[in-house]
Amino acid sequence: MLFFSQLINGLQLGSIYALVALGYSMVYGIILLLNFAHGDIIMVGGYIALLAITAGLPTYIAVPLSIIGCILLACIIDKVAYSPLRKAPRISLLITAIGVSLLLQNLAQLIFSAKSQPFPSSVVIPKGSVNIGGFAISYTALVTLVVAVVSMLLLTWLVQKSKMGKAMRAVSEDMGAAQLMGISVNSTISFTFAVGSALAGIGAILYCCRYPQVSPTMGSLLGLKAFVAAVLGGIGSIPGAMLGGFAIGLCEVLVTSLGGSAWTDAVVFAILIVVLLIKPTGFMGKAMSEKV
Amino acid sequence: MTKTPSSASPSLYEDKRIISMPVRYLINIVAIAVFMLIGNLIISEGIINRTYTTILLQVGVYIILAVSLNISTGYLGQLPLGHAGFMAVGAYVGALAWKAMPHGLGYMIIGLIVAGIAAGIVGIIIGIPALRLRGDYLAILTLGFGEIIRIIIINLPDITGGTPGLLNIPKYSNFNVIFIFVILTCYIIHTMMKSRHGRAILSIRENEIAAEACGINTTYYKVMAFSVSAALAGVAGCLYGGLQGSLFPSAFGFMDSINILVMVVLGGMGSMIGSVLAASVLTALPAMLQFLASYRMVIYSVLLILVMIFKPSGLMGTYDFSLTGLIEKAIIKIRGGSKNNAKEGQANE
Amino acid sequence: MSKNQKQPVKLVPIPSPNIIPERDVDMSPILEISHLGIDFGGLTAVEDLNMAIGRTEIAGLIGPNGAGKTTVFNLITKVYQPTRGTIMLDGRDTAGLNTIQINKLGIARTFQNIRLFKDLTVLDNVLIGLHNEMDYHLAEAILRLPSYWRAERIARERALELLSIFDMQDLANVKAGSLPYGAQRRLEIVRALGTNPSLLLLDEPAAGMNPSETSELMENIQKIRDTFKIAIMLIEHDMNLVMGICEGICVLNYGKVIAKGTPEEIQANPEVIEAYLGKKKEAN
Repeated sequence: MLFFSQLINGLQLGSIYALVALGYSMVYGIILLLNFAHGDIIMVGGYIALLAITAGLPTYIAVPLSIIGCILLACIIDKVAYSPLRKAPRISLLITAIGVSLLLQNLAQLIFSAKSQPFPSSVVIPKGSVNIGGFAISYTALVTLVVAVVSMLLLTWLVQKSKMGKAMRAVSEDMGAAQLMGISVNSTISFTFAVGSALAGIGAILYCCRYPQVSPTMGSLLGLKAFVAAVLGGIGSIPGAMLGGFAIGLCEVLVTSLGGSAWTDAVVFAILIVVLLIKPTGFMGKAMSEKV
Repeated sequence: MTKTPSSASPSLYEDKRIISMPVRYLINIVAIAVFMLIGNLIISEGIINRTYTTILLQVGVYIILAVSLNISTGYLGQLPLGHAGFMAVGAYVGALAWKAMPHGLGYMIIGLIVAGIAAGIVGIIIGIPALRLRGDYLAILTLGFGEIIRIIIINLPDITGGTPGLLNIPKYSNFNVIFIFVILTCYIIHTMMKSRHGRAILSIRENEIAAEACGINTTYYKVMAFSVSAALAGVAGCLYGGLQGSLFPSAFGFMDSINILVMVVLGGMGSMIGSVLAASVLTALPAMLQFLASYRMVIYSVLLILVMIFKPSGLMGTYDFSLTGLIEKAIIKIRGGSKNNAKEGQANE
Repeated sequence: MSKNQKQPVKLVPIPSPNIIPERDVDMSPILEISHLGIDFGGLTAVEDLNMAIGRTEIAGLIGPNGAGKTTVFNLITKVYQPTRGTIMLDGRDTAGLNTIQINKLGIARTFQNIRLFKDLTVLDNVLIGLHNEMDYHLAEAILRLPSYWRAERIARERALELLSIFDMQDLANVKAGSLPYGAQRRLEIVRALGTNPSLLLLDEPAAGMNPSETSELMENIQKIRDTFKIAIMLIEHDMNLVMGICEGICVLNYGKVIAKGTPEEIQANPEVIEAYLGKKKEAN
């Protein structure tokens, strides 16, 4: 019984991590950038949803609004901060991403104050639980799981079957060659950012429903752990990100239920370090090497 | 100096040094002594008050942190995001050592050395696995390490004081101590970078494959640069403890690592004087202009982005300051370019 | 370096790990490659390569684009570990060694896509090549002991001498990245010479050079061989250069050796003409 509820708990958390991890993985796959600002996009998504709901907008408007907000923000960040640095050294791009992350966090702190604000989660997903085979599963967990799985299926279809998905794979394989084939590299990169942030937006709402509060720094730790998930699964690999997300979620719940809640974050990072040492490419990542 | 075979043609390469090495050392030592004297005077004569004295000392600590991070970031070309973690290791180990020992100058130095060694060893332990990986993994690994250190400090209250803090640390860090260690740090880094070891570190930043083809053991030099950087951060952390008299885990978070990184990036990755200037300005300004406090991080982040987009080399590029170099330039100007009698010194570097 | 610290060496080789008898072209092998092969995934890039290079030979490795020439260099310098076969350097098996150890054993190379330390000066580039020729410790450098000054002075003089081969000593304080293309290629050769090799691998040394630069380079390659008494192996598409200075030539196509011999033999070989030279003429 306890095991089952913890399992559901872990899967719920894991699916949120997986959604966020996908954004990291896709962006890394295409421009080799650790998008530090990804976690903070989630934070912005959380605030948009909060503001929309407090303004009295119904859920079916507030949720898409927050997702669209995330997409727009990511595209603006890409245009303003990242695209001027396409040819710059990777370290410059990475520092810029850290700068963007800091900027979003501190702007939010200026506007909304550093204090966390309660998120009306019951408006989005009603409280209560369903009984499946004698086990109670909360609506939040159920919705989270279903939404996450559906989003991942959609994403897989998008990447594998659609024309834009083919362009994405082509650009991540060889940017120059893709350009010669008539693929617009810049719009493909923007599209990747958009898809990644749409998933982040969904993740933001689900996360706010699980931990019903919003704060300027909520994105950084969530982002970090999702990033760990992406690395664990093999950065650049979409199924890897999903796998890594679930692994981290389950692991975190396991450590907490064993009574080590103060050490959860340390364990997550320790897992990252161990995995990187044993298999630097993660579960499903490809090894990359420089041509000599 | 050997005469190069084609000395007839106007030579681009010439030994620019007209002041011999012993004289250079003398000039620098005198300059340092004068600085130290002035510093002591303005503090003891009460020209600057207590608050400003503390700010001045903090500037010193942050200079050490920035120039030490500059080894990994500017010279080695990696991006560690856990510098505050090494600082924390040094701060806590040093403070605990100081508290365990009686007071005295010798014990103070022992504490600082222990702090440096501890942080250096942690640097080696983190560096060996991390530096085998590509650049951005190193960033994330060191970030994770910094968080782990902080969590360990919080969760071991019996040893580290936990969240309420480690209190009653001997306040050894006066102006002279900090000043001497700033000078010492800069000297160590300068001499290291002017040696074959320093060039090996630079070659890794420039082109790792070519460095290996030149027979340079890249892993060894990466770990060396990284651990020297960590050890010096540990010393800075120890001085920080001696300055504050108390230590709290909240002072060693991710944001504090970023804070140091901003100094290095703004000053110009690879420029020691750039790091020194940026550390001074970015420590002193927010401390003096309190009304900026809430905007500080916003301004930092915007600066970071703008510098990367418009001047990725930072404010000072890779320019390195040399007092004797400036004097030489002045002499050359006064002499009006008569280069022939300029070869009194056979020093080279 | 400390061994010959008395007077600066004037373009006389530092005693190489491999002792060289006095001869015009010493053909006793310094490098012996047998049955060398490598697969990338399912693709065989180099197959059953056999060749030997004499101690003071200038050898050419030619073949159409994609024939696997640079891969051979990468195998010799252990950028890739071979799937099959052995590489013997001076009678010593190099299996299991890495790039760094190979360099210390006496193989230096240049790169097809120039890999200089662009933001450092020309002098620093050569000094990095001389890294293992200096032996002072980090502590000696920080304390600035006499051993540091001595080693640095000798290395510096040596670097300027090496640069003078290509008459580049005047450019010592120029940033390597700001040199013209041809000079960058020459600097790479100087840097490689700094590591005191007994075998020098040059990957398309004349690429991007004009005819007069190329003929100067030809002279200089021979000069390097004659003064340093080392073996040189080069990949080159410029047939005048290859036929002009190489004593032995090996022709590669699709990862396999299709011909070996002197320039005359290669030029007369119908298979080579068909696979390589013939095609070239058609294209022209």
